[in-house]
Amino acid sequence: MLGLNAKDMSLLIVVAILTMCAPLILNPFPADSAMAQFNAGYPDLMQKFVIFGIFAIGFNILFGLTGYLSFGHAAFLGVGSYSCVWMFKLLGYNVLPGIALSVVTSGLFALLIGLITLRRSGIYFSILTLAFAQMSFALAYSVLSNPKFNLTNGETGLQVYANDPQWFHNSERLPDLPHIFGLSMRATQKVSVGGWEFQFNTGYYLCAFIMLICFYLAIRIFRSPFGMMLRAVKSNQQRMNYTGLNSRPYTLAAFVISGMYAGLAGGLLSAVDPLAGAERMQWTASGEVVLMTILGGAGTLIGPVLGAGLIKYFENIFSKINDNVLHGWFSFLPDGMEDLMVTLIHPFVGKGWHLTLGIIFMLVVTFLPGGLVEGGQRIGRMLSRKKSKEADSPASTEPAE
Amino acid sequence: MGILEVKNVGKRFGGLQALSDVNLSVAENTVHAIIGPNGAGKSTLLNCLIGKLIPDTGSVSFDGQSVLGRKPFEICQMGISRVFQTPEIFGDLTVMENMMIPGFAKRDGAFELNPMQRLLAQKDVIAHAEHALEDMGLADKRHMNAASMSRGDKRRLEIAMCLSQDPRLLLLDEPTAGMARADTNNTIDLLKRIKDERDITIAIIEHDMHVVFSLAERITVLAQGTPLVEDTPDNIKGHPKVREAYLGETQEVA
Amino acid sequence: MDAILLQVLNGLDKGSAYALIALGLTLIFGTLGVVNFAHGALFMIGAFCSVTLQRILNASFETISETEKDFLGNPLKVKTPYVESWFGPEVGASIIDWSVPLAILFAIPIMIAIGFIMERGLIKHFYKRPHADQILVTFGLAIVLQEVIKAFFGANPIQTPAPDALSGVAQLGEGLGLQIAYPIWRLIYIAFALLIIGGVFAFLQFTTFGMVVRAGMADRETVGLLGIDIDKRFTTMFGLAAAVAGLAGVMYGPINAPNYHMGMDFLVLSFVVVVVGGMGSLPGAVLAGFILGILEAFASTTWATTTIPGINQIIIYLVAIIVLLTRPRGLMGKKGVMED
Repeated sequence: MLGLNAKDMSLLIVVAILTMCAPLILNPFPADSAMAQFNAGYPDLMQKFVIFGIFAIGFNILFGLTGYLSFGHAAFLGVGSYSCVWMFKLLGYNVLPGIALSVVTSGLFALLIGLITLRRSGIYFSILTLAFAQMSFALAYSVLSNPKFNLTNGETGLQVYANDPQWFHNSERLPDLPHIFGLSMRATQKVSVGGWEFQFNTGYYLCAFIMLICFYLAIRIFRSPFGMMLRAVKSNQQRMNYTGLNSRPYTLAAFVISGMYAGLAGGLLSAVDPLAGAERMQWTASGEVVLMTILGGAGTLIGPVLGAGLIKYFENIFSKINDNVLHGWFSFLPDGMEDLMVTLIHPFVGKGWHLTLGIIFMLVVTFLPGGLVEGGQRIGRMLSRKKSKEADSPASTEPAE
Repeated sequence: MGILEVKNVGKRFGGLQALSDVNLSVAENTVHAIIGPNGAGKSTLLNCLIGKLIPDTGSVSFDGQSVLGRKPFEICQMGISRVFQTPEIFGDLTVMENMMIPGFAKRDGAFELNPMQRLLAQKDVIAHAEHALEDMGLADKRHMNAASMSRGDKRRLEIAMCLSQDPRLLLLDEPTAGMARADTNNTIDLLKRIKDERDITIAIIEHDMHVVFSLAERITVLAQGTPLVEDTPDNIKGHPKVREAYLGETQEVA
Repeated sequence: MDAILLQVLNGLDKGSAYALIALGLTLIFGTLGVVNFAHGALFMIGAFCSVTLQRILNASFETISETEKDFLGNPLKVKTPYVESWFGPEVGASIIDWSVPLAILFAIPIMIAIGFIMERGLIKHFYKRPHADQILVTFGLAIVLQEVIKAFFGANPIQTPAPDALSGVAQLGEGLGLQIAYPIWRLIYIAFALLIIGGVFAFLQFTTFGMVVRAGMADRETVGLLGIDIDKRFTTMFGLAAAVAGLAGVMYGPINAPNYHMGMDFLVLSFVVVVVGGMGSLPGAVLAGFILGILEAFASTTWATTTIPGINQIIIYLVAIIVLLTRPRGLMGKKGVMED
């Protein structure tokens, strides 16, 4: 169905069910319980899950398939964000033109940068993309925000002002916020069941729907001859060239496609919150998407989505844990021990979340280069080996992989 | 007029004159061996033929068209395939995928943006690859990771990949280097069979005289960057100049 | 004329920092083949060595003054740094005053130790891994180091002033009819950088160790085959590169107050410097560092920034793009290094 084989189709269906039911699944704890702080089912965070999922899926098409490690993908995210807000400013608050433009501009921008950076591979490529992203950041932060020519509104961030043209905006009929054909992105349906409260948000469902399309397209790319060529680039570029294939346009196409994914993610970020700032283009943001992809498993289909979700979830949860929470956790210990535990854990939570992130990053790269997906496979294999040992029948004929 | 014409080719690396005034003509549908002692410039010459190096002087033409200044993939699309000294295959991909890539290169050209096509729907390429694998006796390994195969199998796969593009000229760079005797003989048999079955020109660089004399119809001896002599294998064996420059060191041939 | 020379000096100043970081990056890349994304963090740690020393020297005890009283008539609490009580008030005060230069001595062993630990504990295990993994793990390390410093010292910049005697302004070129007022410390920084660069080059040129390292940069495999214990030398090399970056950081403190993210800010630009200079070329790294520093200084002049707003922020990248498009190997890059 849809041009997918049974296995990919079931993966897509599972992801679809999970995203559609996310407001339920991510709120497992009653709203007034102590565990409610671990709930993730509120619109703001869920939107981030799917938007950064899109970002990571796109990044994975470049890094996971071709092995080209870009350290500048946040630039495309930023370009997408700005484009979308500009559409709000010029046309009106309907998100569709903005999202469409963000994909187009980021694609063009990626084409331009790709043409230059892809002249080199390996480390050189990583450094060049990093430099380009930093330059874009500097451009957005200061160069393109001067009275003569203000494209980005610098430090304040680009947003819609009352005197913006908004040619097609009709404030009597349409909300004064991003909307899709009149339905505000912030519209949230709250449903209370017992002690639980579930929030169904328009913005989330739009983003989730788009993510599913992106995920589907990524599967198709992975399973296409084009996708195989990208893996060939990673595997042996020399052989590829001596097989009569020009690897440059393949990598460029992958770069542009992943840039468009990033731009789309940026556009959606603006669609759910119409403020685009330059900090989205900083190298830390580029590093974050690399981390998501690696953590989940580069080169796998589901890995990047998983990584994006986990990092955004832990970022949110870890940042919320402060000393009071810690004291609450360890209150069962004797006083001295309690304080010791709190002191020990304190640097890693709350504002220290980035420290934890860095450590996770190093551990994953060092011990689990294939990410969580590989980790899961390893555990799976260990379990199945145990089982087959337990069975221990001499006539056991395991089908060879 | 041979299918491959090398005229007055010279190449200099800093102070080293690697090739000087090389003339070579490879006739269509023959097996032409290029031999010579270490440092004679064999690999440099080969690299000039496939676009990896650009000679300082002279010209290289294939089927009447110059190959100079063309990129490796363009030269390959002209009909020249190369087998490397250490097998160059796509190690991370399966054997079957390895075989499909040259199929796509032949069908779709150097670049094709087809991200929405389904790999499994490319029946023509798949059938062709299946057939090639059967032919090479690699069919039962089709789902294996190419990197995990034995060296001999990697060599077979590489040759199969080159052949599946129906090249008019196959360049082999010491195809049996580092191989065990049995593997070497298998490779010789394979190449003989290819020669018999196809309309193909083979140019081979080889150290192993056993291989050279089992296959070659013509031999060019290269020494210090220039061709010393070009003749049939029988004449080469008895040629005094060649013995002096090269074969004298080799016990095997005498 | 004065204005031009002033900008040249400004450029040399910033360029010194770029050159020193780029030098270490190139040393590590050339010998170990690793691109160290944590190198900027070493620069930052160097700067915080002097912050630490300053704190140590300022460690003080409180006494209740017998003579002085505060405005309420209560006895005044007086803080006396330990160094002042040990060495007498005058010597003690000047030790505190000279804490940045003293931090050089303090930082050298610390930076070398950190370099050793980094190489032995982490980088060593990545020599045989793909470049992407090396980049990623050092990137992770950079985040960790940066955050550790932030946890200890906070997010705000901490002043590390130059000694009083050196914090004035020097009048340059009076004999030549020029009038350039320039901070003494910045001049010292340039001289210091040149000294270190000269020292590193001399070390590589005239010692056996340096010879092996240079040979290793030219052809790693061959040197390994000669039976020379490359591993130990690599570790030493890493320690040296760390020390160079650290000292650059220590001395930079009085120019720009150290903060936890200064490492990354400099790293990205230093990468560009390395690329422009030519990957793997030490003279290239130094030359490009100074050239780009000077260009940046000129781009920061009011004239330049009013003509093209923000040009100072992007000039280095623009130059890098142009150099890369016209000379893909960089200014002094060697053939065969990082070729596709």
